[in-house]
Amino acid sequence: MQFLSLLVVLLLLSTIGYRLGRGRAVQVAGPKPSALHSLPNYYGFYVALWCGVPAFALVALWLAFEPSIVQSLIIASLPPETQALSPERLALLMNEVRNLGGATSFGQASDAMTAAAAEHYHSLRSISFGAMAVLSLSLAVVGGMLGLRWIHPDLRARNKVEGAVKVFLIASSTVAIFTTVGIVMSLLFESIRFFRLVPVSDFLFGLDWSPQMAMRADQVGSSGAFGAVPLFAGTLLISLIAIVVAAPIGLLSAIYMAEYAHPKFRSVAKPLLEVLAGIPTVVYGFFAVLTVAPFLRDAGGLLGLSIASESALATGIVMGIMIIPFISSLSDDVITAVPDSLRQGAYGLGATRSETIKQVVIPAALPGIIGGLLLAISRAIGETMIVVMAAGLSARLTANPFEAVTTVTVQIVTLLVGDQEFDSPKTLSAFALGLVLFIVTLALNVVALHVVRKYREKYD
Amino acid sequence: MTDAQLVQDAPVSLIAEKVGAHLKNRHAAERRFRAYGMASIIIAVIFLAVLLSSILGRGLGAFVQHEMQLSVTFDAAVLDPDATHDPKVLASADYMALVRSSMTTLFPEAADNRGARRELSALVSSGAEMVLRKMVLSDPSVIGTTKTLWVPTSAPLDQLMKGNMAREAEKGGQFSERQLGWVDALKEKGLVKSHFNTWLWTQGDSRQPELAGLRGAIVGSFYSLVVTLVLSFPLGVATAIYLEEFAAKNKWTDLIEVNINNLAAVPSIVFGLLGLEMFLNVFGMPRSAPLVGGLALTLVSLPTIIIASRVALKAVPPWIREAALGLGASKLQMVTHHVLPLAMPGILTGTIIGMARAIGESAPLLMIGMVAFIVDVPSSPLEPATALPVQIYLWAASPERAFVERTSAAIIVLLLFLAVMNAGAIYLRKKFERRW
Repeated sequence: MQFLSLLVVLLLLSTIGYRLGRGRAVQVAGPKPSALHSLPNYYGFYVALWCGVPAFALVALWLAFEPSIVQSLIIASLPPETQALSPERLALLMNEVRNLGGATSFGQASDAMTAAAAEHYHSLRSISFGAMAVLSLSLAVVGGMLGLRWIHPDLRARNKVEGAVKVFLIASSTVAIFTTVGIVMSLLFESIRFFRLVPVSDFLFGLDWSPQMAMRADQVGSSGAFGAVPLFAGTLLISLIAIVVAAPIGLLSAIYMAEYAHPKFRSVAKPLLEVLAGIPTVVYGFFAVLTVAPFLRDAGGLLGLSIASESALATGIVMGIMIIPFISSLSDDVITAVPDSLRQGAYGLGATRSETIKQVVIPAALPGIIGGLLLAISRAIGETMIVVMAAGLSARLTANPFEAVTTVTVQIVTLLVGDQEFDSPKTLSAFALGLVLFIVTLALNVVALHVVRKYREKYD
Repeated sequence: MTDAQLVQDAPVSLIAEKVGAHLKNRHAAERRFRAYGMASIIIAVIFLAVLLSSILGRGLGAFVQHEMQLSVTFDAAVLDPDATHDPKVLASADYMALVRSSMTTLFPEAADNRGARRELSALVSSGAEMVLRKMVLSDPSVIGTTKTLWVPTSAPLDQLMKGNMAREAEKGGQFSERQLGWVDALKEKGLVKSHFNTWLWTQGDSRQPELAGLRGAIVGSFYSLVVTLVLSFPLGVATAIYLEEFAAKNKWTDLIEVNINNLAAVPSIVFGLLGLEMFLNVFGMPRSAPLVGGLALTLVSLPTIIIASRVALKAVPPWIREAALGLGASKLQMVTHHVLPLAMPGILTGTIIGMARAIGESAPLLMIGMVAFIVDVPSSPLEPATALPVQIYLWAASPERAFVERTSAAIIVLLLFLAVMNAGAIYLRKKFERRW
């Protein structure tokens, strides 16, 4: 927790800078405070910024570059024959060194060389931290002093502080862009490595998925198979069941709430439905495994059907329950947005309420409803915890909802939880699956937003 | 014959009859349609009720746990044969031997049969050892005395006492006739009682269901949420302020908006992949640490906070801004002195809802390794930890029957946290909502 105390000290220094700057401004202004260009507070902020920003920037840069520099120093200190190891072996070794030399060290070094390296690592880390602390603290002091020296009645402190704040605002708003770029880069980078090992066409159109690689080359399944079609089919099957469950229930309840329900009934029923959206998906997964799946299996047994305990049906139904509130609240919004004049016109022609809804309101709201359904499908495709807990693991190409199927997200989780080897197609294939998932959900959302927006232009 | 001709040619009474008959059908259709709507709401509410009641029914039992009263003789010959008084010797002593001998004094018939002894000690949890060790280490003077104390029973016995497990072996019971006899004897003497389950709140994870607790998971979730809040609140509010108050409508802001919508729609597991690749592989951050979990959860909650803050800022009427500018405030002063304070209740409500989303999210945490089996309660955001929803996932995958009850209890705790957060958001909204 040394690091946290360094941050606290830096913050304290900035606060002191603020007080000093404010006092200095008042002092410089002398008897006539109006001689100052800005209010005294701004001079305080000005000094505080000079004190804090360079120091924090240094700490951030240090943290970003420290691990790689320390690593190269450690590797340079290793015996030459160890340095000549393959990059993967070297990374493994570094991992051990890091674990041994870290703050919470556990375990014993496997040999003397690693122990020495760990020792070296530990000392480098403490030297590095000390240097960072000294440098950042002195930078804060120097910055604060400079800021104080620059205080002058004509200094446009407010404009400078406001400029700095604006830079912060703009920088914050770019986080969303950087995140998207980061997602695309990390998925693409590993996917390209995967597609060097496994051709794209095999991945997208192959019918056989068995990513487990045998340990020895002469065993069965030594190459693994990465045909993702069974996963796509399983994902679609479960999503389809979910939509079949959720669409009628969600849509009809939205219609009832928007067109028929008494405001009092609505004020009770609507939050109740929204509770369904607030329940964490891991809870739905547990519910599927423990309640729905056994119930369906027993019910199927009574009817003479054999329903697997990890059936797509149970998973799909529970996912459908989760999606109901998405569909109902989105449909509710678009139905209430249909102008009342359309309804009044239909009533005037003698239509009953249900006829008005079926023949006037729904057609008018259709683009919005379809947009909502697309969003719900994208939610179902990307849903992870329910399927990880309740769906199967083995990739089977089937359209039978009573059988167990596996999905894209299940495979991503099973491939990446536990040991990862970033040089084997097994681990890398998870990123290729992630890329497909990202592209599909993105496309669905863009289409859905487009449809909804086009509709809005008509009535606003 | 078309309808128009019908109206012209037919006698009035016939038309009325036809329309009347048709009207009946139409009204019936109206009633049916209405009933469908009502029925679907009822179905959805029934789903909710079944879900909650199945969890409550299974989990409430885990908040109490059965304990057994033993009179234990702290035998110096077992604990500290050389009378060293060294805490290290005391810590590694064989406390289970004390427990076993205490149980054989209760049931002397089991003393000379190895199988019987093993069956007898299967009634008490290995947590008894922890209780005794703690007693001795905190007060070594108990050595040599005999104390009466409550120790946890084993998970199967706890389940049997709660009625979650049948007595008969054919129905899944795990106890032999002999063991059932002992249990009945203990019950008769009042030596087995249910107590409030403190283990659930004070312990980290464990392989033994009766000793597994939520403390590690709750602390891990807490650290992750702190990181999430510290990052996503300033970033989200700053983004909203920039987009609502400063940015011109142009290609650049369009790009930002597209990306925010995209963030809101990306499946959360993709954030996990980003975290694994960027935070762990590229930046070399520690695996399984709440710090990295918090970073991933920031991305989950950020869109919610941005969107809610923008709505709140938009709701502040323009004349507030014009008045401030008219009195000579700079644009930033106008925002920080007037608009932001007025929008704050809405922003805070959105932040709480964003945090509630983050606390229930588990998929990204699986990717960055917060799924390990971790016994110790983490003491900083850099130490390996799990989070509450991940703990639920881990326990749900455990084969022992007693973990079903524990899992449901963990879900109840998680849902309670969520309920409190959402109630806070609703309270804030009700209390500070302003209509202009």
